[in-house]
Amino acid sequence: MSDLTPKQIWIVGAGPAGIAAAEAALESGATVGVIDENPAPGGQIYRALLGVMKPEIQSRVDALHAKGVLFLNQTTVIDAPAVGELTVKGPNGPERLRYESLILATGARELFLPFPGWTLPNVMGVGGLQALVKSGLDVSGKRIVVSGTGPLLLAVGAYLKQKGAKVVRIAEQAPAQRIREFTQRLVGYPYKLGQGIPLMLSIGATVRTSAWVERANGSHVLESVKINSHQEPIRCDYLACAYGFEPNVELATLLGCELHRGFVEVDETLRTSVPYVWCAGEPTGIGGIDLSEIEGKIAGYCATGNEKAAQRLMPTRARWMRFAAMLEVTYALRDELKTLPNPETILCRCEDVSIEQATEWNGSRAAKLHSRCGMGPCQGRICGAAGRFLYGWEHGTVRAPLVPVPLSDLTERDPELTNHTN
Amino acid sequence: MTELIHILINGHAVTVKPGTSIAAAVLNAGTTAFRKSVSHVPRGPVCGMGVCFECRVKIDGIEHQRSCMVLCSEGMVIETDV
Repeated sequence: MSDLTPKQIWIVGAGPAGIAAAEAALESGATVGVIDENPAPGGQIYRALLGVMKPEIQSRVDALHAKGVLFLNQTTVIDAPAVGELTVKGPNGPERLRYESLILATGARELFLPFPGWTLPNVMGVGGLQALVKSGLDVSGKRIVVSGTGPLLLAVGAYLKQKGAKVVRIAEQAPAQRIREFTQRLVGYPYKLGQGIPLMLSIGATVRTSAWVERANGSHVLESVKINSHQEPIRCDYLACAYGFEPNVELATLLGCELHRGFVEVDETLRTSVPYVWCAGEPTGIGGIDLSEIEGKIAGYCATGNEKAAQRLMPTRARWMRFAAMLEVTYALRDELKTLPNPETILCRCEDVSIEQATEWNGSRAAKLHSRCGMGPCQGRICGAAGRFLYGWEHGTVRAPLVPVPLSDLTERDPELTNHTN
Repeated sequence: MTELIHILINGHAVTVKPGTSIAAAVLNAGTTAFRKSVSHVPRGPVCGMGVCFECRVKIDGIEHQRSCMVLCSEGMVIETDV
């Protein structure tokens, strides 16, 4: 591969942080490519509805395309075989890419916690159900319970209602008093308050605080849920349940980036502990869309040597970090949630390992070796996160491939370096 | 956005709008059990974003595809495991 000038930047993730990073890196004159698993850019928050993105997001993506940014969609990073190299798997099979700077904008997934019946079909995540609706799931006339924690419950509840669903209950585990205090402090964030008010008007009447799903009932599919604050089970077609977010730090971990409290450790320029690797958005700390956008910009500038442009964004970042801290306190998970699963409740959904089997051993590594907990296709992304909340499990080790791939992709493990420069 | 897409789900012809994921198409067709777990109980989509691997189905003869991550395209043949 020939020398590249300008600088070759690869960004992993095409959500808010990734798109913002691409814009900033372009301003510095870099050659920019964005790798993303999904069929189209946008990540979760900017996910297109049946292939159609919001016009303001589409125009940003169009502008990036027009300026030569290469989007590798449906492409997953599976390995980091050497310094400055990634192995990715896309529609045309595995290939190797070389980067001079790498920006990790890998986002977050939802935190799912086990309770009896959580493995029944039609028990889903909150963002999970919304993502399915955006990709064509028809929820009109469906009875839906939304539960878990955080402002996303309201946003998704209102979204489902708008799509014709009957949102029969929103069960928020946080206590009313903490949410009231949070709401009062939102006056410092009028634009967030402006987002919240219409949601409350739409769906507020169905919300119960200090409420959570104790059990999902059904034989082969969800039929009803039992909420702590209700005597009778509530009949429903879908349960959307998630307890906040879990950062996607697998690639960062594979690269050797230091973590702190489960998040990628970065300095104020969003540089990780690994040379030439930056990180932006949820993997540095759960903060939502506004913090992700700002961090994307900062990382995009700093990864291309334009720290001066990044400097003026630092106060805005600090402001959204304060907002993130407010969210963290408001929606902290209550200890009662740790008592929901029975001994026979499944913890590892891939390998069907029960709570009893997984906790016979001390820690996630021992559980893995003895019970296969965390050894299935999701590689512990679901049960590992639950185990960290329930039992204080340590983060497991991360090995390539980062997602399951056919054996043939590994036997042809040294594909030619691909030159994607345009 | 105008042309509809024709696919087969467990042998039944289904028509979907462009941009529809296989997971959404399967659920809309009334199938909730996408796969059998290792202890043979039905499972369906959870995360909707490619993380949990619960929504795996067979697409055009290739098993273990995440149905939430693949959009329907003309003539696709989908098989669920239950």
